[in-house]
Amino acid sequence: MADGKLVLITGRSTKQGTGISTGKEFPDYQEATTVMSVSQADMIRYGLHDGDTIKLKSHFGETTVKCHSEDLPEGMVFMAFGSVVNKLVGNETYASGMPDTKGIEVELEKI
Amino acid sequence: MLRIVNGEVYDPINGINGEVRTICVADGKIVADTGAGQTIDASGMVVMPGGVDMHCHIAGPKVNLARKMRPEDHRGDMLPRTSITRSGAGGSVPSTFTTGYRYAAMGYTTAFDAAVPPLAARHAHEEFNDTPVVDKGFFVLMGNNEFILQNIAAGRPEKVRDYAAWLLQAAKGYAIKLVNPGGVELWKFGGNVHALDDEVTGFGVTPRQIIQTLADVSTELGLPHPVHIHCNNLGLAGNWETTLETMKALDGRRAHLTHIQFHSYGGKPGGLFASKAPELAEYVNAHPNLTVDVGQVMFGDTTSMTGDGPLGYLLYQVTGRKWANVDVENEEGCGIVPIEYKDKNYVHTTQWAIGLEWFLLINDPWRIALTTDHPNGASFASYPRIIRLLMDREYRREMMKQVHQKAVAKTHLLELDREYSLYEIAIITRAGPAKLLGLKNKGHLGIGADADITIYNKDEDKEKMFAVPRYVIKDGRILVEDGHIREDTYGRTFFVAPAYDPAIEADIREHFDKYYTIRYENYPVQLEHYLPQHEVVACSG
Amino acid sequence: MQVDNVVCAFCGCVCDDISVTVQDGRITQAKNACVLGKAWFLSHGQPSDRSVALMDGKPASLDEAVDAAARSLTQARYPLVYGLSSTSCEAQRQAVALAELLGGCIDCCTSVCHGPSGMALQGIGEPTCTLGEVKNRADLIIYWGSNPGESHPRHMARYAVTPKGMFIPRGRKDRFVVLVDVRPTVSARAADLFLQVKPGKDFELLWALRALVKGQAIDEAGLADTGLTLAQLTDLAERMKKCRFGVLFLGQGLTQSRGKHLNTSAAFLLVRDLNSVTKFALVPMRGHGNVTGVDNVMGWQTGFPFGVNFSRGYPRFNPGEYTVVDVLSRGEADAVLVIASDPVASLPRWAVKRLSEIPIIALDTHESETTRVAQVAFTTATAGISAEGTVYRMDNVPLHLKSVLPSPYPSDEQVLGRILTRVKELKPC
Repeated sequence: MADGKLVLITGRSTKQGTGISTGKEFPDYQEATTVMSVSQADMIRYGLHDGDTIKLKSHFGETTVKCHSEDLPEGMVFMAFGSVVNKLVGNETYASGMPDTKGIEVELEKI
Repeated sequence: MLRIVNGEVYDPINGINGEVRTICVADGKIVADTGAGQTIDASGMVVMPGGVDMHCHIAGPKVNLARKMRPEDHRGDMLPRTSITRSGAGGSVPSTFTTGYRYAAMGYTTAFDAAVPPLAARHAHEEFNDTPVVDKGFFVLMGNNEFILQNIAAGRPEKVRDYAAWLLQAAKGYAIKLVNPGGVELWKFGGNVHALDDEVTGFGVTPRQIIQTLADVSTELGLPHPVHIHCNNLGLAGNWETTLETMKALDGRRAHLTHIQFHSYGGKPGGLFASKAPELAEYVNAHPNLTVDVGQVMFGDTTSMTGDGPLGYLLYQVTGRKWANVDVENEEGCGIVPIEYKDKNYVHTTQWAIGLEWFLLINDPWRIALTTDHPNGASFASYPRIIRLLMDREYRREMMKQVHQKAVAKTHLLELDREYSLYEIAIITRAGPAKLLGLKNKGHLGIGADADITIYNKDEDKEKMFAVPRYVIKDGRILVEDGHIREDTYGRTFFVAPAYDPAIEADIREHFDKYYTIRYENYPVQLEHYLPQHEVVACSG
Repeated sequence: MQVDNVVCAFCGCVCDDISVTVQDGRITQAKNACVLGKAWFLSHGQPSDRSVALMDGKPASLDEAVDAAARSLTQARYPLVYGLSSTSCEAQRQAVALAELLGGCIDCCTSVCHGPSGMALQGIGEPTCTLGEVKNRADLIIYWGSNPGESHPRHMARYAVTPKGMFIPRGRKDRFVVLVDVRPTVSARAADLFLQVKPGKDFELLWALRALVKGQAIDEAGLADTGLTLAQLTDLAERMKKCRFGVLFLGQGLTQSRGKHLNTSAAFLLVRDLNSVTKFALVPMRGHGNVTGVDNVMGWQTGFPFGVNFSRGYPRFNPGEYTVVDVLSRGEADAVLVIASDPVASLPRWAVKRLSEIPIIALDTHESETTRVAQVAFTTATAGISAEGTVYRMDNVPLHLKSVLPSPYPSDEQVLGRILTRVKELKPC
């Protein structure tokens, strides 16, 4: 992405899905919804290691999470649906009812 | 208790033709007069049994998909809630509450959905439970059912019979319905059938075999209503030959051919329609084993929704309008396309005229029912106007001046002078359909009948008269007055439960394991949960 | 005690072959269930001292809470009923009745999930089929913007990829599976062909495919930022045209990315176009177990599938106007009734901010972020575990939910019914 921006995809994951049933306060769900998946290339670019804390900022808000490396294309980050990542999701639906849940521009900062 | 006095009663099943008679009601039934009870003075009014629509599309997955697909159909015809009634959407595919209220307000107290795929029977019952007032039931699609096709091919009609009985029980359905038999199966790979002896590729059966076998099954099972057939080649120029062949293939077997108007076209394939209603009506007149309902087309915007999947696609190709198609595993399919019938269009005028020709050419009103195949030909809201067209020759002639002149001139409509009497209207809108459906307590006002009664103010304008009855009584209670619903109640669902040899269950279970994606045990509809008010109609087999 | 053929209502697969073992008031086994289904079944039955009702976090009686809920809702000028995707149709019907009586809005999870597919249906129609048709006939499967391995774990094995069918005698061997997504997921590994596309380019790619299917030439330069080459697209178009029965499963990658209903419309148009050369169907990968149910209930009761408003006494539909994210973000809703959903966890923050400002009445089977901040919270029995009802699979097949585990809690249907009765008393006519 240009200007050091990344694109954020939010979506379902297995642990986020099981956590809905087993309890959102438990570790699996917590981990799934508070850890950002980052591409290997970007981990290197930002000097990150698994478990490091990062701050992400979108046009709508910011949040602080841990990161870990995943097989993702460079320039893309992923996190499972949840109240943490929703801080970055805007409410504009362009008269569709659907907010931009995927494809959100974010800036990443190592903490 | 209720007494309706001084009204002119039209009760054709009991031979009453406009006599002034007292009708008495107690505990939801017609009873002998005891002189007691609340009295309705029906002086100068016409009293008939409640209307019976024997073929409409009002509940189930196909109907609901059409509702969801057509928000524009609803807007401008919304029904606000009242302190008694639920709100809803109108148009050609109204929401369920609106459907029930509007049928009731028009004096109809029974309506049968013509085509439900049994895999979704539960859905139809859920919608029925949200369709107020009317008693109802549905026909179960079987003409493209793979278990049936396989067993016909294997020369095992007894298995077809047992399976059909099991299926009717599982779905809590009322009759066996065929839609483009064999064609919808082939549509699942983009094909179709076009002749009664075309092979349904891969199954080794023909439409002729499907028709004959299921007609026999309906009779053997003693179902109250015979096999209900939507013939192959609906809507195509020249299809009258297929219809005639179907009638001949039935060879004396009892059968009901539905929305016959759509199957009465002469002309060359791909060309303009011509009317072959006279030829087909002559055949039906001469063969008492056959009955029909018309499927009258009326001008305006409506929605075509049919179990005939390939027909749906054809309509999309012809009209260019939006198109939905659902192929249902192992069983059936459907196609939905909005359609507008225009009075200046040659083909639409021909269709409109053909429907009227049928009404006017069939000699025995007991063997022809008034339908529009709602909403395919038009909404059920158009029934009063159709009645006027049939009763008022002058009005009919006025209307004929507004349509495509060359087209109507090519039909026989101009020569047909006949006017229906109130008695005959009572037959084709209530007495006849009730008899055809085998509903012994509907469609008449004899002692023991369900007290479903419609009372009309007399009016020269028959459309006005039939559009807003003065009173509509359901199960002995005054539910509607001058079009206003007084009580939000729900009717009963009718179904049949013919017996079958339990040995068939092992075959069916195996079929489920191989080809379905739900478990055999989960298929049958749970009676207490989905049919809180029901009535089982006995089979005579 | 073992109960067979139990229906799992967790995700849109609605598998109905689960064998559930109940021991000492708990579900200890759920054979055949996937990881999501197992978590759902097995998380039921733990001893719970959770009160049937909580008011401001403190235990209350059902009567008190019903009364408080009814008062809150009738005093609101613009109440919103929301959620419903994980409860029975019987409860959904009560919810619509309530929204109508209150003259408020009713929306369901559809608007943040497959609303765009519903909108494509309204514009174009929908060539579709039930999942058994896929099992019996489909030789080409395309997942677009979907990760079934994590969202619908049995979808491939039970319906679309592995099973043998009437015309697919060899199962997996008779099928070619394509997966289109922006990242290589576990599902991509199960596909024969994974096409990695750039985010926000689905619309362009789908239209390019439409052109190729119709035999029109495409300027390769126009595909530069999409992540795919003309050769890849041409190959895909050819596969689609040459298959015997193709199925496109669309996921949130299309509905939630830039373009929303324009993406789904493009996909629907492509599938429609393909029907002029072969047999092709599409099936939206509906996420929650009974979101299809609420679509259907709202469809038959109001004529519209989601985003409905009753302020004028009759249903009106308008995405963007009556949908949850908009109604909350604009600060319009002044009370919310949430059923079987956790919007505080799942909605964007500005919508959640509004939730923190207004009374929330929440019905859920367990504690959630929403119930924790609700003024009135009801604990209800899970539909499909402790309450019977009807559920609709992603392809609209209706199934009956069993009750396999007794529960001390009332069902959503019962609680909503009681709130409805109380509202009628408070707000005659």
